[in-house]
This record gives sequence, structure tokens and C-alpha cells, in this order.
Amino acid sequence: MLILRYLWIIPALPLLGAAINGLAGMFLPRWPNKAVSAVALGSTGLSFAAVLELVREFVHYAPYPLPWVRQYFTWIAAGDFRAGFDLQLDQLTIVMLLVVTGVGWLIHIYSTGYMAREGGYYRFFAYLNLFTFFMLVLVLAANFALLFVGWEGVGLCSYLLIGFWFLKRSASDAGKKAFIVNRIGDFGFMLGMFLLYRTFGSLDFRAVFGQASSLPAESFGQFGLLTVVCLLLFAGATGKSAQLPLYVWLPDAMEGPTPVSALIHAATMVTAGVYMVARSHTLFRLSPTALFVVAAAGAATALFSATIALVQNDIKRVLAYSTISQLGYMFLACGAGAFAAGIFHLMTHSFFKALLFLAAGSVIHALGGEQDMRKMGGLAGRVRWTWLTMLMATLAIAGAPGFSGFFSKDAILLAALGGAHGGVWLYAAGLFTALLTALYMFRLLFLTFHGQPRFDEHQAHVHESPGSMLAPLMILAVLSVAGGWMAAPEFWGGSSYFERFLAPVFGAAAEAAPASAEIQKFAAIAAGVALAGFLLAWAFYLWRPEAPRRLAGSLRAAYDLLLHKYFVDELYGAVVVRPLLWLSTNLFWKAVDSAGIDGAVNGVAASAAGLGDRVRRVHSGNTRSYAVWVVIGALAVIAVIFWPLLREALAPGAVTGMVR
Amino acid sequence: MPLTSECLILSALLFGLGVAGFIFKRNLITIFMAVELMLNAVNLAFVAFSRVWGMDGQVFVFFVIVVAAAEAAVGLAIIILIARNRQSLNVERVDFLKL
Repeated sequence: MLILRYLWIIPALPLLGAAINGLAGMFLPRWPNKAVSAVALGSTGLSFAAVLELVREFVHYAPYPLPWVRQYFTWIAAGDFRAGFDLQLDQLTIVMLLVVTGVGWLIHIYSTGYMAREGGYYRFFAYLNLFTFFMLVLVLAANFALLFVGWEGVGLCSYLLIGFWFLKRSASDAGKKAFIVNRIGDFGFMLGMFLLYRTFGSLDFRAVFGQASSLPAESFGQFGLLTVVCLLLFAGATGKSAQLPLYVWLPDAMEGPTPVSALIHAATMVTAGVYMVARSHTLFRLSPTALFVVAAAGAATALFSATIALVQNDIKRVLAYSTISQLGYMFLACGAGAFAAGIFHLMTHSFFKALLFLAAGSVIHALGGEQDMRKMGGLAGRVRWTWLTMLMATLAIAGAPGFSGFFSKDAILLAALGGAHGGVWLYAAGLFTALLTALYMFRLLFLTFHGQPRFDEHQAHVHESPGSMLAPLMILAVLSVAGGWMAAPEFWGGSSYFERFLAPVFGAAAEAAPASAEIQKFAAIAAGVALAGFLLAWAFYLWRPEAPRRLAGSLRAAYDLLLHKYFVDELYGAVVVRPLLWLSTNLFWKAVDSAGIDGAVNGVAASAAGLGDRVRRVHSGNTRSYAVWVVIGALAVIAVIFWPLLREALAPGAVTGMVR
Repeated sequence: MPLTSECLILSALLFGLGVAGFIFKRNLITIFMAVELMLNAVNLAFVAFSRVWGMDGQVFVFFVIVVAAAEAAVGLAIIILIARNRQSLNVERVDFLKL
């Protein structure tokens, strides 16, 4: 019962690691990198071990009723409002905990190799551990307020780590962009929380969802209270999980070190939005309108960013757009009502996308910092292990039968068509995105590892990465290949274990599972689409390497549109950023701040100085003038004391009395 | 008690003289004497009141005399120092508090 009772141990360990590394690195002149690695790996590793122990205890003791809530201390108490440091545990939390600590730990190991020659080593690991802490708070929180603490905390760490090389202008700008764009979403999230508190009088999950589940469901197209709440919460999710229209920060976030991209901007933080929507599934289920918006935004984002990924040349940017696209898939699943499928894709995605990023990092490492795929090629034989693991991840994300991505994507596509809130258009968008996914992923693989080498042999010194980087790659490769079988439906010889495991959270699937012939048909379609993507990529980038350029030449307008990412950044710049900047400069800075506020403050100071200058003359230094003032003062005091008597003496009645 | 009111009138006159001398005289010694005059005017008032309300006033007079003696010692010492430094007893020239 140790960990079940003391849930706080799990987030506390990385926090301790962050504190030790941060303080020691800052104040001890010689805090060796080995000590930093030991503390960082030890704290996250212990945290992972604690989660494993927790899973054992969870299965063994089966705490009931779920969610298992522990209240540690009251954080905010104001009137009737209470927000505590309360942690809760259920199956969904367990999945998230395993992903965050497990994948997080692997990426920590990888980072010790990748960052070995970088300055600020301790700083990097202090941030990374701090991130793990906040992420664990986020998934363990038992109320919206504490979830928001984790939510903002991971945003902060994301900002710090994107701008890790803060001397680089583009990196610090990218950090700011991520932070500010997230702020827009967070505004919606906060409004949603306020509305929840106003309606239910509490922010505790148990209280809110308990009360909400007794409310009647709203009809489609009705903008009732629950719909508004859900849409506001979803606004927060679009910021954190990089969905339309707030996805613009994620591609720029690739300025950070590659392990950061893998951990924060692929495997964990960006999935927080999906987690939050899944956590609030009780609310979302009551609002078909909100579910439709979630599904539509997810499908649109998936399709939109997959097309951009087709033509990007920076290896990490392709993966960034791919991440956005896959997150869109997760929202598509949630919007279709298949929350378990969304969470399952979240998990498999965290395996193969982390692997893709780490392998890409290994490639970048091998080429001494080169990220442009046009200057790669023919690396397969030179960095054999990296190539092999990357191939596994590519097969997984493309949805090759038997790999993890196949099962999760198949579940989503099935839900998109036949789910409680699915539709043919969602299915079509998902299927087309699957085609594009296979195409751009194999394009990446072929451009990087196959064909003619296009890098400068004398400069590059191609070398395989050290063992500390390869070991996490291999473990993640195994997970990417095999991770899907835990959710394999009966038809594939599995037992839908994952879905049944999450059933206590999301409820059993509402409708009967489709017939196995049906499943077979859809699985065949999905596999066929993945194969088509692979063949297209093969034709374009291996068989006829000159074909892409010719195609781009003949479709110049479309190609430019994609290459410039639909000009969304430019559009936001013109519509939002520049007007705001103008308003801030001319109105808020020059008029309100400089003239108004500074003017008032300076005016008060100047008038006080002027008054002082006048009064100063009283202090002439002339002793006799002081004497006069003393006398005047004494007379004034006497006048005040004797005023009643004096008034009586001067009153008309008194005068007549005297006369009489 | 007619005598009491006459004593008080005398005390007020003496005090007024002291104030006037304090303000209008230039010589530090004279000003000092004016201060002593005010103190003694107050003493007179105390004694006069003690005829009506008991002996407390007279006790106060002794205190005032003691304090006045101490004040005279300190005050005269300051005046001597000023006279040495400034070669003058004119109060107009004692203005070095001025910035």
C-alpha cells in the first residue's frame, strides 16, 4: 500500500532531482556532469519504479471505489471554494503515468549521450526533471485547479527548453511564441474552469463529473451551458495540443534540443490536451455539439498538417507536422466518442514518435548538426542501428499491419465511421491522412537513409551514436513494434485488453462491436492505404528521384502554398500580431503607460518636490524666525483649546449680557 | 481671591514681556534672560494657583527652578562657544543651520 497511500512520492522524486541539479549546478563551482546524470536518471528512474510498484499494488489491492483519491493538503481555501493538493488514480492515470515516466526515463538516458558536449548540462536536466514533475502533477491531479498547475508548469518548462540555446535569436523567439500562443488557449481553459465552478460549486473531478452525469444531454446544435464549458476547455486543449487554429507554435518549437522535441513536443506535453478532453469525457459526452467540434478540428488538423509535412525539408519539422497530424487523430477519436481509442493512440504515438525524434536526433548527431534532408541520403549502411529503429518507427506510424500504429489507427478509423458520434466525412479525412502519413514518413526515410549521399563527406564524419543513445532507441523500437498487441481486438487473436482496462473510466463501448468481416474489410482498406503511401514514396524518391521536382514545377502554386505552410504564420502576423503590436506601442505604451501612468507618478513626485521647495524657505536657519513660529504655534494651540470659551465670549448674547 | 487674579495678570504680563524680548532682541544674553523671565512668569502662575488648589504647584516650581538652573548652565556654555567662534553675540549671525 506504500505508493497507493503516498502517491505524492511519484511527482516528488523528479522535483527533488530538479532541485538538486539546479541548485548544485548553480552554486557549486564544480558539479560534475556525471553527478548531474546520476541525479537526473536516478530521480526519474525511481519515479518510474514507483509507478511500476503502483501498478502492482493497483492490481493487487484493487482500491475501490475508483478514482482512488488522496487528499494531502489544502492549497487554496476562500469562502466555499477549496482546491487541495489532491491526487487521484484510475486506469487512465495509470496509462499516462507509465507513458510519462517510462518514455520520459528513456529520453533522459538518451539525453545524457546527446547533450554530453553541450554547455548548461545541469540546467538542461534540471528543466527536464522539472518538466517530469509538472507532467506527473497534471496527470495525477484530482481537480481542475491542480491540473492547471501542471498544465502551466509544463508550458513553462516547454518555454525554457525550447529556448535552451537562448543566445540563438530564433530559439528564444520560438520559446516566446510557444508561450504566448498557449496563453490564448489557457485563457479559454480558465474561463471554462470559472464556468464549471459557477455551475457546480467545485472544481474537484468527482464533484463536477458526479453532478454533471445526472444532467440531461444537450441536443446537437444547442449551445447550452455544457457545450460552452466543453468548447472553452477544448480551446485550452487546442493550444496545448497544437490543433487548428493554435498549432503554429509547435513547428517552431523544434528549435529546442532534439530530446526535448521527443519528450515534450511529441510524447507527453502535447498530449495533455487529449488527456484533459478524455478526463472530461463525462462533460463532452453530454454535448454532441462540442464533440462534433472536437472531431472536426481534429480531422481538419490531421489533414491540414499532413499536407504541409509532405514538402518540408527540415527533418524535425516534418516530424513536428506529423505530430500535429497524429494529435489531430487523437482528437478525432475523442470527438467520435471513442476515448479509449484516442488514449491508445496517444500511447502508441508516444512510443513511435519519441523514437522517430530520437532517431532523427541520432542522424543529426551523426552528421554533426545537419537537419536539412536535402543534404542527407545513403545513411542506411553507415548508421545501421539508427536506420533500423527509424524503419520500425516509420512502419509503426504508417500503419503497417501488426505494428502498434496499425491497431491504434484502425481503432480510430473504425470509431470515426461507426462510433457514437462518427461520420463518413471523418472516416474519409482520417483515411486520406493515413495515406499522406505513409507518404511523408517514407519520403523522410528514403531521403535520409537511401539514395545517393548528398552531404559533404569530408565535413560530416558520419558516425554511429554512443550506446547511451542507441539503447533507448532499441527499447522504443520494441515498444513501437509490439505495443499494439495489448489492444488487439479479438479478431486478431488479442483480447482488446487495453479497451477493457480503460472501460471502468470511459464505460464499456456503447454499441456492439462490428462483425469481424467488417473489421477485416476496414483493416484491409487501412493496410492498402498505407501500402499505397509507401509505393508513392518509393516511386517518387527512389525509383524516379527527379519526379518530385518536376511535379513541384508543374504545380508551382500548390507547392509554394504547402512549402510556406499555407501562409498561416503570415496571416496571423498581419491579422493578429501587427495590429496588437501597433495598439500596444501607440496606445498602451505611449499613451496609457508613458503619458498616463508615468505622467501621474512623475506629476505627483514633481508636485511634492515643488511643495517641498516652497516649504523649505521656512527653514531659513534664522533662529528668531523659528521663535516666531513657535509663538504662532503656541497661540494656535491655545486658540484651539479655548475656542469654546472664546466663542461664548464673542457671542452676541454674551455681549448683551455684559452690557446688562 | 482678588490677589490670585492679580498674580495671574502679573504672570501673564511677565510672560508676554519674555516672549517679546525673545522675539525682538538681538543679543543672545538678552534672549536668554527673556527665556528665564518666561520660566519665572510660569513659576508665579504656579504659586498663584497653589493658593487655590493645594501645594502641587509649589512642588512644580521647585522642579522648574532646578531645570532652569541646568538649562542656564548648558545655555550659557553654548553662548560662550558661539561668542568664541563668531566673535559676536548677535543672533542674526547664528544662522549656520541654513543649507
